[in-house]
Amino acid sequence: MKRRHFLKNMTALGTTSLLVNQSLAETRFPGPPASTTGTRSSYENPQKTLYGQMQTHGLTPLQDLHGIITPSDLHFERHHSGIPDINPEQHYLYIHGLVDKPLKLSINDLKRFPSVSRICFIECAGNCQDYFKKGPETSLQQVAGMTSQSEWTGVRLSTLLRETGLRKNANWLLAEGEDAALLTRSIPVEKAMDDAIIAYAQNGEAIRPEQGYPLRLLLPGWEGSSCVKWLRRLEVGDQPWMTREETVKYTDPLKDGSVRQFSMIMDARSVITAPTYPHQIEKGWHEIRGLAWSGRGKIKKVEVSTDGGSHWLPTQLQGPVLSQAHTRFNIPWQWNGNETLLLSRATDDAGYTQPMVQTLIAARGIGSLRYHNNGVLGWRVKSDGRIYYEIVA
Amino acid sequence: MSVQLCRSAKTALGLVVIIFFFCRPAFADSQEGSSLHEHPESFGLGTSPTEAELAALDTDIRPDGKGLPKGQGSAREGKSIYELKCQQCHGLEGEGGINDKLVGTLKDGIFPFAEKDAPKKTIGNYWPYATTLFDYIRRTMPYTQPGSLTDDETYSLTAYLLYLNKIIPEDRVLNSDTLPAITMPAHHRFKNDNRTRSGQVL
Repeated sequence: MKRRHFLKNMTALGTTSLLVNQSLAETRFPGPPASTTGTRSSYENPQKTLYGQMQTHGLTPLQDLHGIITPSDLHFERHHSGIPDINPEQHYLYIHGLVDKPLKLSINDLKRFPSVSRICFIECAGNCQDYFKKGPETSLQQVAGMTSQSEWTGVRLSTLLRETGLRKNANWLLAEGEDAALLTRSIPVEKAMDDAIIAYAQNGEAIRPEQGYPLRLLLPGWEGSSCVKWLRRLEVGDQPWMTREETVKYTDPLKDGSVRQFSMIMDARSVITAPTYPHQIEKGWHEIRGLAWSGRGKIKKVEVSTDGGSHWLPTQLQGPVLSQAHTRFNIPWQWNGNETLLLSRATDDAGYTQPMVQTLIAARGIGSLRYHNNGVLGWRVKSDGRIYYEIVA
Repeated sequence: MSVQLCRSAKTALGLVVIIFFFCRPAFADSQEGSSLHEHPESFGLGTSPTEAELAALDTDIRPDGKGLPKGQGSAREGKSIYELKCQQCHGLEGEGGINDKLVGTLKDGIFPFAEKDAPKKTIGNYWPYATTLFDYIRRTMPYTQPGSLTDDETYSLTAYLLYLNKIIPEDRVLNSDTLPAITMPAHHRFKNDNRTRSGQVL
């Protein structure tokens, strides 16, 4: 296809230079002209890993990416009933319930309100749920690929709730998507009024279908399933609805026999993105790189251990360091050829330090770690330079 | 005179600096910045939805039964609907299917879900509210045709699954009064996240 395109252009330009007595090896040819939409280099092929019996997961190739923004087409996916095809001309956001003035808003209406943009991560509460199940030949993507970051643009939910007014006993909102599952989550009004955004754009363009086109709820720092995609309705009430996703799923059974519910905040986590499986490194200098983030605020520091946790070294945070956002860290490292274990741990500005998995197990129980397992991840460096995933427990 | 002017200018500048200093953290912490312009009382955008529009969308059910429709059903009717529309994915009598195990009970006082090799979470051993079952079945099931079940079918399936989990007898008729009155075995265990939002909380 590309070659045909190229030859066609050559003909159009009337290029007959092939006949000129000049070595072909020294002759250069112009490349293809501008295109309406760009593509990746044919030499680069980062891909999501698909997962789940109904293929309801697509995991971000964190180890292949740079900087803090996830390319929109590589943003992780998690849905419960497939991706709906929604015509924005026929899509509305309804706000009703314990409000003074119910509203029906078109996408164009929403775009006329004052807009806001912010960069923040979205992470599935189930990220790293297979921490204990994965073998050594596991990439970062496979174990921790359910986190991604975008610049999201939309209108503050508080701006909309100011229009509708809230009744005195308005304590919770039900957010409902328009996918086949009509997924619902109950959200405290406090969060809705604080920093929630009704987003219509992602990284400068309309949100991708798999990310909630044409509208999604964005709750910075909160578990991904609460950032309801394909948002069509917000009902205001005085109590939570106790939907399936906030009772049976996305809850944390604890050792004392209770179940922790509405554990929405994503606690601080860091991951080394390089070197990780399936890299093989040589002796000498490398840069250990990674991402760190916290649902509570900004990353204050990230430490790395190159000896399995005996010593921890401070890393350089690479700006921008934003609240509730993936933050880059790096540290130069000279590998001496000996087998070792690489670890990283993040501390946020709320004073929370990413725990070891044993600490989480001691506090909650291993069965609890299906969700909100933000324990330290390990990468074993073998003496031949090959890197493998390692359970650090 | 000019000294005085200069002094008051300095004072004014000092005030501005002080005001700026105190205002700054609020700006600095927010990626979205702060609006220079006051919003009008209302932007006047959007329209008022009709009652009928909202009624068509508002199908959610709360634990107190708010939202439950008219209609009824029992396990007897539910069994045949289950076999036709649910068994394929969830297995005979709610077990052994390719998707979620629905049936399973534990002895009183046993709740080993935080332990290693914990049992599968089922309606009988984990679901805290019976109303959630009605809401979820009508909203999301069957997986290939959500929205296709009638209210009576949904009451019947809810009753059948609660019966298989030994929560209600086979002949119990469920409706908008009897369903929210059911107390699920694990109900008392569910508690809101009460951790503080700062410091080392696990």
